[in-house]
Amino acid sequence: MAEVLVLIDHAGGQVKKPTYELLTLAAKLGEPSAVYIGGADGSAGAAEAVKAYGAEKVYVIDDAQIKGYLVAPKAEALAQLAGSASPAAILLPSSAENKEVAARLAIKLDSGLITDAVDLDESGVATQSVFAGNYTVKGKVTKGTPIITVKPNSAAPVEKAGAAAVTPFEVTISDAAKTAQIVASQPRKASGRPELTEAAIVVSGGRGTGGDFSAVEGLADALGAAVGASRAAVDSGWMPHTFQVGQTGKTVSPQLYVANGISGAIQHRAGMQTSKTIVAVNKDEEAPIFELVDFGVVGDLHTVLPAVTEAVKAAKG
Amino acid sequence: MNIVVLVKYVPDATADRQFEDDFTVDRVNVDGLLSELDEYAVEQSLQIKEKREGEEITVTALTVGPEAAEAAVRKALQMGADKGVHVVDDAIAGSDAIATSLVLAKAIEKLGPVDLVVGGLASTDAGMSVVPAMLAERLGLPQVTLASVVETQGDQIRIKRDGDVATEVIGGTLPLVLSVTDQSGEARYPSFKGIMAAKKKPLDTWSLGDLGVDASQVGLGAAYTAVEETAARPPRTAGEIVTDEDGSGAKALADFLASKKFI
Ligand SMILES: Cc1cc2nc3c(=O)[nH]c(=O)nc-3n(C[C@H](O)[C@H](O)[C@H](O)COP(=O)(O)OP(=O)(O)OC[C@H]3O[C@@H](n4cnc5c(N)ncnc54)[C@H](O)[C@@H]3O)c2cc1C
Ligand SMILES: Nc1ncnc2c1ncn2[C@@H]1O[C@H](COP(=O)(O)O)[C@@H](O)[C@H]1O
Repeated sequence: MAEVLVLIDHAGGQVKKPTYELLTLAAKLGEPSAVYIGGADGSAGAAEAVKAYGAEKVYVIDDAQIKGYLVAPKAEALAQLAGSASPAAILLPSSAENKEVAARLAIKLDSGLITDAVDLDESGVATQSVFAGNYTVKGKVTKGTPIITVKPNSAAPVEKAGAAAVTPFEVTISDAAKTAQIVASQPRKASGRPELTEAAIVVSGGRGTGGDFSAVEGLADALGAAVGASRAAVDSGWMPHTFQVGQTGKTVSPQLYVANGISGAIQHRAGMQTSKTIVAVNKDEEAPIFELVDFGVVGDLHTVLPAVTEAVKAAKG
Repeated sequence: MNIVVLVKYVPDATADRQFEDDFTVDRVNVDGLLSELDEYAVEQSLQIKEKREGEEITVTALTVGPEAAEAAVRKALQMGADKGVHVVDDAIAGSDAIATSLVLAKAIEKLGPVDLVVGGLASTDAGMSVVPAMLAERLGLPQVTLASVVETQGDQIRIKRDGDVATEVIGGTLPLVLSVTDQSGEARYPSFKGIMAAKKKPLDTWSLGDLGVDASQVGLGAAYTAVEETAARPPRTAGEIVTDEDGSGAKALADFLASKKFI
């Protein structure tokens, strides 16, 4: 069976959940090989982690020459690996950077690219959600090595023992790929909450919070949820841009999305309307968000949310 | 200095967007406009020109699209771009990002030595966020993409990029490909003066022949991906809406969450 390369999403060797989802999808298409690009010290831990999700091989690419740069060197590294492994497909977790890596890789390998897949079947047909989530499209790469970026929460990870044979892979990075350089980097503070795009529950706040997110955060913590925000809340400086849900922010598709003080503009819907269950709290019964909801409360979020939070805490004991 | 700003003509997001029978995006029967996200690219291009007063800087707005796409270039000219190029050819219809980036690359090469190619965060229809990276690869240029802040000095550029794990400052040396986000600063409205001036600005129309691109390399037939099926998402069934009175809303919501096993 041909190999299917899966780029590992990790932080310092700590493998993130979308990697397991991709390995599970990769097993439908061939034999999953995980690709680790990172520091040598984190590779053993990463290999151990992906072993439990069916990785037969783990290619280790030392990032000594790569870190400090964005996109181009990773694309070169993956192109060289693809040249030697001749994979049946290459899967990458959808992120802004990985989509750009995939874009360069597609040109290098003269191969088709599908971005932001939300499902993948045995024959390589990928499902995407387009036009602000109003349409579902199924499509397939027809030329070259299919390169597919897959969104978080696209599959339930299936545990399965793999050989996880560690295979170091040497890459040669051109000087041309090192011309755009990371000059400074400020790591984001960990919030202690689940990752927005991976969370099973997202509780969001908009302009209606008036800048006070404590009621939103309180409910999020009681539910073990991630916190999201509308662009109005981000533009007002109440929340960092990484929390923004919508067309120009994150697309989320959790089991439960709770929109508070958010009107439901099309650009916001684009990022959340594929959520399984949608709940909204809004003062205005005419707010368009109510067209989407499974359950809505017309009321003031500053009184409704704390009371719901208490009820959740009481129920959870 | 030559700046090329990439502007895409897209179906209006607030209108009813549709697919054609061949699954390509209907770009003819729907009202279109300059992608809002590319207005930010035009704005940053103009700001670079304005900040570098005294230098000879030309901002060229470039689009690849159907007849109507000229409107996207016109809007960029009204905002303040100096000249426009519209690549239009029946053979281009149905092109994927790979073919679009090829046509854009050939057009940029035809424009002569370019110092800066500026694109938007994503097109508001396909929204792949890949064309600038593909273009950089094709032109053999570095990319500094998804910038929320842009500064240039001489042949140096510095951008801020808000990533998921870190906020980064990226530096590069021109020529290169830049893309900007909607966090980079509100785009200007065309002034009356701008609208009048735009009428006299040069706007070239090029075909594939002018670029030396063969029709077989583009369009639906040359696409690297095939859409097999499109389906409108079933409308969400109307949910239950309650009005909060003295805490009844919170109670009802908590009951709903419990019934769905979220608590
Ligand atoms: C190119 C482009 C891209 C965009 N991208 C995004 C995006 O990615 N994400 C995004 O969210 N938006 C995006 N927008 C902006 C979008 O159009 C809306 O402006 C934005 O979503 C509005 O945010 P909001 O719902 O918080 O604010 P508003 O529309 O002002 O709504 C606030 C709501 O709060 C309610 N409210 C007020 N007080 C209370 C209270 N005490 N209790 C309960 N409810 C209350 C009000 O009734 C109202 O419905 C984009 C726009 C453009 C042009
Ligand atoms: N047909 C086109 N004509 C001009 N610019 C384009 C075209 N397609 C994409 N672009 C540019 O590339 C950016 C990203 O597009 P996309 O990869 O389609 O999301 C857009 O914001 C534009 O700046």
